[in-house]
Amino acid sequence: MQNELFEYALRLGDNNLILGQQLGNWCGHAPDLELDITLANLALDIIGQARLFLSLAGEIEGKGRDEDVLAYHRDVADFRNVLLVEQPNGDWGATIVRQFLYTTWQQLFLTKLVASTDERFAAIAQKAIKEVAYHARFASEWMKRLGDGTEESHNRVQDALNSQWRFADELFDMDNVDRKLAKAGIGVDLAKLQKEWDARIDTVLADATLARPEPQSAMFRGRNGHHTEHLGHLLSDMQFLQRAYPGATW
Amino acid sequence: MSKEWPLYEVFIRSKNGLSHRHAGSVHAADPEMALEAARDVYTRRQEGVSLWVVPSTEIIASDPGDQEMLFKPAKDKIYRHPTFYNIPKEVKHL
Repeated sequence: MQNELFEYALRLGDNNLILGQQLGNWCGHAPDLELDITLANLALDIIGQARLFLSLAGEIEGKGRDEDVLAYHRDVADFRNVLLVEQPNGDWGATIVRQFLYTTWQQLFLTKLVASTDERFAAIAQKAIKEVAYHARFASEWMKRLGDGTEESHNRVQDALNSQWRFADELFDMDNVDRKLAKAGIGVDLAKLQKEWDARIDTVLADATLARPEPQSAMFRGRNGHHTEHLGHLLSDMQFLQRAYPGATW
Repeated sequence: MSKEWPLYEVFIRSKNGLSHRHAGSVHAADPEMALEAARDVYTRRQEGVSLWVVPSTEIIASDPGDQEMLFKPAKDKIYRHPTFYNIPKEVKHL
């Protein structure tokens, strides 16, 4: 069971670490000052959650790896995040679409994880759920404004939705780790989240006058360590300092 | 047409029982987005429990040129300050 728990904490930590790093790249580049601060807030919430999950992963593993070692000293194939979160920021619409798809899932996921029989997971979920409720509202409101905005904003956000849609179904994949932990009451039955996720996505897309893309699926899974080309570039940026100067502090 | 989003003035109630106070302003496309922007920009350090945003164009301001007429006459009316009362020691927080 220890291996599964480690894997589970790592997946949750990596999802957030990578998404937080992506959002952090908007700092200084958002459409206006207010949104620049908003995205930095979101990134910090999300990285804060990543720290908790990665620290927990290190604790479960018991080999002395802490959050920093896990974040900065693993290679691409060791990362367990879903492919969706490593997709590039693109334009504002693409970032909003990625956030909308992920955060809607994350909110539903955390609603279940707070009831985990493992208090450590439940406690992190309890803290994160308030933050994520706002992320979901923020992303949904922007989907509506871009979708139901100008012709250009509509087309751009629809394009982003079409191109990222193939990464959404990985969020609901159940493998052995998920099944075992769900059965033990520790993890979440992801397949059961799909219906509610579909309903929420459809409601927002309808308000946004956006079309739901046809079902698609990526050829591989980030959670198995098979990543798109974007993750390596992201890690080379994120990990550079600790790789060049291991253990550096300031 | 101006390319900038409209300006909204932000007011924060720091805790229940106190009034909302002006904190600054944000640009936003519409009132709901202004509220989100105000939350993100002005309440990051637990500054408040309630927010108002008001379109800046809806604020009716006094004319700086009227200062003499409006505010100066109050300068010598010291009897309007309650400083002539002796307050018993037992009374606190006044």
